[in-house]
Amino acid sequence: MKILDPKVPDVSIEKKWSTFKSSCKLVSPANKERLDIIVVGTGLAGASAAATLGELGYNVKIFCYQDSPRRAHSIAAQGGINAAKNYRNDGDSVYRLFLDTLKGGDYRSREANVYRLAEVSNAIIDQCVAQGIPFARDYAGYLDTRSFGGAQLARTFYARGQTGQQLLLGAYGALNRQIKEGKVKLYNRHDVLNIVIVNGRARGVIARDLVTGEIKRFSAHAVVLATGGYGNVYYLSTNAKGSNGSLIWRAYKKGAYFGNPCFVQIHPTCIPLHGDFQSKLTLMSESLRNDGRVWVPKNLEDAKKLQKGEIKANDIPEENRDYFLERRYPSYGNLVPRDIASRAVKERCDAGYGVNSTGLAVFLDFADSIKKLGKETIEKRYGNLFQMYEKITGDNPYETPMMIYPAIHYTMGGLWVDYLLMTTVPGLFAIGECNFSDHGANRLGASALMQGLADGYFILPYTIGHYLADMIKEKPLPTDIQEFDLAEKEVKEEIERLFSTSKTETVDYYHRKLGKIMWDYVGMSRTAEGLKKAIELIKELRSEFWKNVYVPEQPYTLNQELEKALRVADFMEMGELIAFDALHREESCGGHFREEYQTEEGECLRNDEKFAYVAAWEYQGLDKEPILNKDILEFKEVKLVQRSYK
Amino acid sequence: MDFTLKIWRQNGPKDKGRFETYEIENITPETSFLEMLDILNQKLIKEGKSPVAFDHDCREGICGMCGLYINGRPHGPDDDITTCQLFMRKFKDGDTIVVEPWRAKAFPIIKDLIVDRSAFDKILQEGGYISVCTGEAPEANSILIPPEVAEEAMDAASCIGCGACVAACKNASAMLFVAAKVSHLALLPQGKIEAAKRVKAMIAKMDELGFGSCTNTRACEIECPKNISISHIARLNREFLKANF
Repeated sequence: MKILDPKVPDVSIEKKWSTFKSSCKLVSPANKERLDIIVVGTGLAGASAAATLGELGYNVKIFCYQDSPRRAHSIAAQGGINAAKNYRNDGDSVYRLFLDTLKGGDYRSREANVYRLAEVSNAIIDQCVAQGIPFARDYAGYLDTRSFGGAQLARTFYARGQTGQQLLLGAYGALNRQIKEGKVKLYNRHDVLNIVIVNGRARGVIARDLVTGEIKRFSAHAVVLATGGYGNVYYLSTNAKGSNGSLIWRAYKKGAYFGNPCFVQIHPTCIPLHGDFQSKLTLMSESLRNDGRVWVPKNLEDAKKLQKGEIKANDIPEENRDYFLERRYPSYGNLVPRDIASRAVKERCDAGYGVNSTGLAVFLDFADSIKKLGKETIEKRYGNLFQMYEKITGDNPYETPMMIYPAIHYTMGGLWVDYLLMTTVPGLFAIGECNFSDHGANRLGASALMQGLADGYFILPYTIGHYLADMIKEKPLPTDIQEFDLAEKEVKEEIERLFSTSKTETVDYYHRKLGKIMWDYVGMSRTAEGLKKAIELIKELRSEFWKNVYVPEQPYTLNQELEKALRVADFMEMGELIAFDALHREESCGGHFREEYQTEEGECLRNDEKFAYVAAWEYQGLDKEPILNKDILEFKEVKLVQRSYK
Repeated sequence: MDFTLKIWRQNGPKDKGRFETYEIENITPETSFLEMLDILNQKLIKEGKSPVAFDHDCREGICGMCGLYINGRPHGPDDDITTCQLFMRKFKDGDTIVVEPWRAKAFPIIKDLIVDRSAFDKILQEGGYISVCTGEAPEANSILIPPEVAEEAMDAASCIGCGACVAACKNASAMLFVAAKVSHLALLPQGKIEAAKRVKAMIAKMDELGFGSCTNTRACEIECPKNISISHIARLNREFLKANF
């Protein structure tokens, strides 16, 4: 076991970032032109980073598996983006945003990173407004804000229920401008499948052209991963179908450490499952909890009747409704953080109070808000979300309450990075959801957009320069060297292995099975026994997958089943590490709930003495246990207390 | 529910292509259209046949990646949706469903139902942005925008770039797509400075890439999953005239 050094400047918290910025190494404009950077992923983090690096003068190559950078799944973020502008004079400040984010993460994130995130949050809003993002405005033309979970003030900026879309299109615009300038070269419909390491540094990638199936080589002076998270290990999630953890996994296998893989966020307000062939779960924005009230019936008989379809929500009188979030957490009410809300929903459903035919749903009711504010106001705030809900379920949420249930949404865990956002492989950076850094054991709503853009616009452009200043003498690397041969061979061998099986069951069959194991044993509620069982089951399933998976058609041509198979092959290994990490963490914190460690009221029971660290796992080979390295979390600004939202 | 599917199959851009007929059974009404295609593909794979290639990603109507021409309508028989938001309850048991790719000269077919829409990216690269570098921005509330202007800009900015407007248009015109971006930025004070340059460059690129002309049939507006109004085309035309005269 190693104790990792996160390289945080040793000055007071409010001076750390400015100290770094004013003392880091710089690269002159003439030298920037000689340096190449690869960015993988075109979401908020990747697009904003690539655009900014292009503006600075570097040569950037950016990759996405979709047909256009604009499709990246940041586009689906709905509710908003946090910033400490304090326009409402409601007591906000950088320090308070920092505290809320740290507390929301259940004290499992690095203070210095979280503070920096809060510190740059205001510049993000400025930047986005300058780009023409049509944020919501009040009558006098000033920016409007609303509240999100885990905060007692309104610091969330939004563009209807499409904030992620608008921010991504802003970053995509900035990216397009650099593409036009010739500073960024776009490789769309490319899946990056391996990382090339030369003399201990990340110097290139191997990608598969998804149209031709051709395997290609790309070299650079540094590689930036902005691939998003690995929530699709669970099969059903709010992620896009193509969202994957493959490059995180490749990086891990090449020596980058994996931080807190078991920290997975389960979002409370998603549209419940409807059938066996369901391909994904749809999120209903957390912003809905501003005006929607969560409830189940007080009486078990009413719940039974709802489940059988004998009565409807509106048949249950007010006095027989249990607004359980308001009851259990009076000071935050419906706006408790996601992990707490999800568990409370699960608790009610497990107790038999679920309200749909499967008993796995609760109501999210807007009747009171419609009465108070009028239908028009609600429509203005959430119109597109209500429409989306109606299209999927066939129910009209203006007249009958929505039904919701928790679903896998986001991964707080990811590649371990230091203060410079660099992994343990020199020259390999990780930004946005694919690193572990800012959200601890639970991410607050409207913070993912903040982190993606903070990393891409304002942090990485400084920290990568500090690294590249030592690389200016390195000439562009030819790709016909041994290291590229080897990395390409690894990819081709895996592809060929996928075609030399008994061809019995499809990729989806195995992915569904994996997802079921993960949800049942590594989901919202975990036990040592269940996690051990999950590890065994995943191992069995993995060997079955490699024996029997059916990938049709040819390898080196457009083949969507092969794309899926390569991703699922990595999920099959990743799931095991998630369970292994969850087993090792003998405490409950944020989204990681171990049944053995809970308070009398069923809340998370942290163990700060033993587990106030980031578990940074080091790969040792597929059949060997990984080594646990620790990034010890020091809390100088806050006293560790049990999180209370009561 | 049981359906007969007539699906366009084409091996590559140069292949001639043809319709193939498939029968599919026991589909529940809650199944989404793309999930129905997933089920079909599982069946085809098991039969040793080639699965149908189609684009999709977020499956919640916002990424703009999916786009199928179903029974003669882009995104199929429902209003204000993308293909992934179409559910089988919109069909009748026993229906025959015809599925085609977007058809436009500027969107060549890659395989089966997948088309190449990178022409849209190329148009936006010509100026579908405000030229501000990271770090240059003034304090956000120093730029005030009346809420009704912000709302109208937001209506236009909702475009997801799916290409339904082009597929719906008898001329395969990209006017609604181009108008959405031009109008969004021209409405805002930040975007006015480059408005003339932007509109000229984007229109020139649109013409160069082989999109047709607009004859105001409004088919695009009707099929747009995000309900973008052709009033934005009117604004585009005004901006274009202003920029040229």
